[in-house]
Amino acid sequence: MQTLLFALEVSINGFMTGILYALVALGFVLIFKASGVFNYAQGVMVLFAALTLVGLQQGIVPFEHLINNLLGTSIHGFGWNMPTLLALLLTLLSMLLLAWLVERLILKHLVNQNPVILFMATIGLAYFLEGFGDLMWGADVKKLDIGIPVGISDTVEQATHEWFGYGFFIDRLDITASIVAALLVIGLTIFSQFSKTGRALRAVADDHQAALSVGISLRRIWVIVWSIAGLVALIAGIFWGTKSGVQFSLSLVALKALPVLMLGGLTSIPGAIVGGLLIGVGEKLFDFMIGSMIGGATENWFAYVVALVFLLFRPQGLFGEKIIERV
Amino acid sequence: MFYREVGEFKTSYPHDSGSFSIRLDKYGYYFILFIAFVVIPLMINDYWASAVLVPFLVWAIASLGLNILTGHCGQISLGTGGFMAVGAYSCYKLMTSFPDLNVIFCIILSGLITAGVGILFGIPSLRIKGFYLAVATLASQFFLVWLFNRFPWFYNYSASGQISTPERSVFGILVTGPNVDPWAQYMICLLFAFGLAWGCRNLTRGSLGRKWMATRDMDIAAEIIGVNLLHAKLSAFAISSFYIGIAGALFFSVYLGAVEATEAFGINQSFLVLFMIIIGGLGSILGSFIGAAFMVLFPVLLKNILVGWWEWDAAIATHLEFISVGILIIVFLIFEPHGLAQLWRLLKQKLRLWPYPH
Repeated sequence: MQTLLFALEVSINGFMTGILYALVALGFVLIFKASGVFNYAQGVMVLFAALTLVGLQQGIVPFEHLINNLLGTSIHGFGWNMPTLLALLLTLLSMLLLAWLVERLILKHLVNQNPVILFMATIGLAYFLEGFGDLMWGADVKKLDIGIPVGISDTVEQATHEWFGYGFFIDRLDITASIVAALLVIGLTIFSQFSKTGRALRAVADDHQAALSVGISLRRIWVIVWSIAGLVALIAGIFWGTKSGVQFSLSLVALKALPVLMLGGLTSIPGAIVGGLLIGVGEKLFDFMIGSMIGGATENWFAYVVALVFLLFRPQGLFGEKIIERV
Repeated sequence: MFYREVGEFKTSYPHDSGSFSIRLDKYGYYFILFIAFVVIPLMINDYWASAVLVPFLVWAIASLGLNILTGHCGQISLGTGGFMAVGAYSCYKLMTSFPDLNVIFCIILSGLITAGVGILFGIPSLRIKGFYLAVATLASQFFLVWLFNRFPWFYNYSASGQISTPERSVFGILVTGPNVDPWAQYMICLLFAFGLAWGCRNLTRGSLGRKWMATRDMDIAAEIIGVNLLHAKLSAFAISSFYIGIAGALFFSVYLGAVEATEAFGINQSFLVLFMIIIGGLGSILGSFIGAAFMVLFPVLLKNILVGWWEWDAAIATHLEFISVGILIIVFLIFEPHGLAQLWRLLKQKLRLWPYPH
């Protein structure tokens, strides 16, 4: 009984991690649906958004290391903290700017190229953003705190203790993240179903040329989609950053969104959520039950291997559109 | 003008389809070989060997391997680091289990082992392609590195979790271990690089290479004209992994001497090799070498200038390196998707006509 309850607790925690994976995966799906670009840089965008938020909030002077080296000065921060709301707004603005620049400088020039070429270009973008973010805000591990409650939820622990005689340890941050993720998905669904822009987005996702021929501007849609992906990245970055600090390994965690996508299907928003939950719960349970037998730390590869095996049997994923090839 | 073809008559088919059918090309090639095999070993010192030439040759072999898979057969792989780890660890196990076996055979055998692992991870390529496959190969990257970290048998239960190469010699000349001469280190890498590049050239212009290229250009069409996709894709995975395995074995035994799986064979190495072939030129042997040279020299140069001359922080140099590599990749993909090798081809074309416009 004790083990069963413990396994249940592990899976609930996995569920919460899965929601965070799903948040990252959502950004991938949005961009893939609208532009057919598999945006490898989404993970780094999460990192970049979190870095920018922390940097602004803590009043770090952009490029201070570089300036210090160039001019021989020793600037170290503005010496004030920006209000969280203002920092959030400015970060959002910089993500919008990034979306616009990406369309301007990269996507525009690669229209009609092989998807693989676009994929490699986003790997280049990922490298650029990684270096740029570190250069701008410094590479040290930063603590992100924008007032989201963290730590063990006492209410849940007491309640479960009364029911089962075993208190569940669940982080309050994870609970907040789940609620925000649910709201985000509902919001995005409403946006894409009921607004004019949302309809245009779906039209572009269905068929680029048909969308162009009825007068939808592809480039405008791309900027919008990348901006939404930037917003999703910012939200994911806030939660991941609060959970484990803002640092380089954040982009590696975000890489896990790739197997999540493979599992859920590249073109489906519900797929991203379901895939994220499956991977989150699966990797925690696998590590809990089998991991100790084979040396532990299986979380590093479990998701990828599941995706690989799964792809063998169902290449389009759980909810993806069937891949049809025409000669 | 510079590139004279006048008076060269091709009188037989072998002559016409030779790798270097223009005489000037051939002499240039011999000249480079002469420099590589005779001049450099006489002049090499420790710094040049360990910072530039040996890593250049090792990465060139790895990018030859990835170029077979990605450039010729069109299958993207992000698992290069993992396959290099297979090469390195099997080389280590072979060297320590069979101390009498010549190190050359150890390296070749570890290439063969890697080829086997490559086939295993190549099986999904029969069902999926494009970036689906790229993600599937990420599985090999993370799984293999985890495997070598977690099972102490692979690193002979050493306390640090590192593997370090024992001293081995070929014909009485020490080639691995801490006391090795720079020229011997360089020579063994050069021999492998030369042999493998020669093999790659002849494979890719033969029937196997044509099958690969047909698969790359359009797999359904290739299947219809009678290319066996199973055979083409898996052979590409096997041969590419063979090359990458040898690169990994050399990387560990000759170049670094002691490695730890997470650090030496992480996902960044996979990207590094991918960048080499994008910048150098997809599907080109010369491109593999140019790309490797570029990606090895560029950080060294940047570091020397920024840290050595201008005395900036090393961290800033690293960040700038990331930024400029990212920009370069995008610029190359936009303006010259065939890489530096294509620029060289265009230059040759121009030189043939210069100074006349047509």
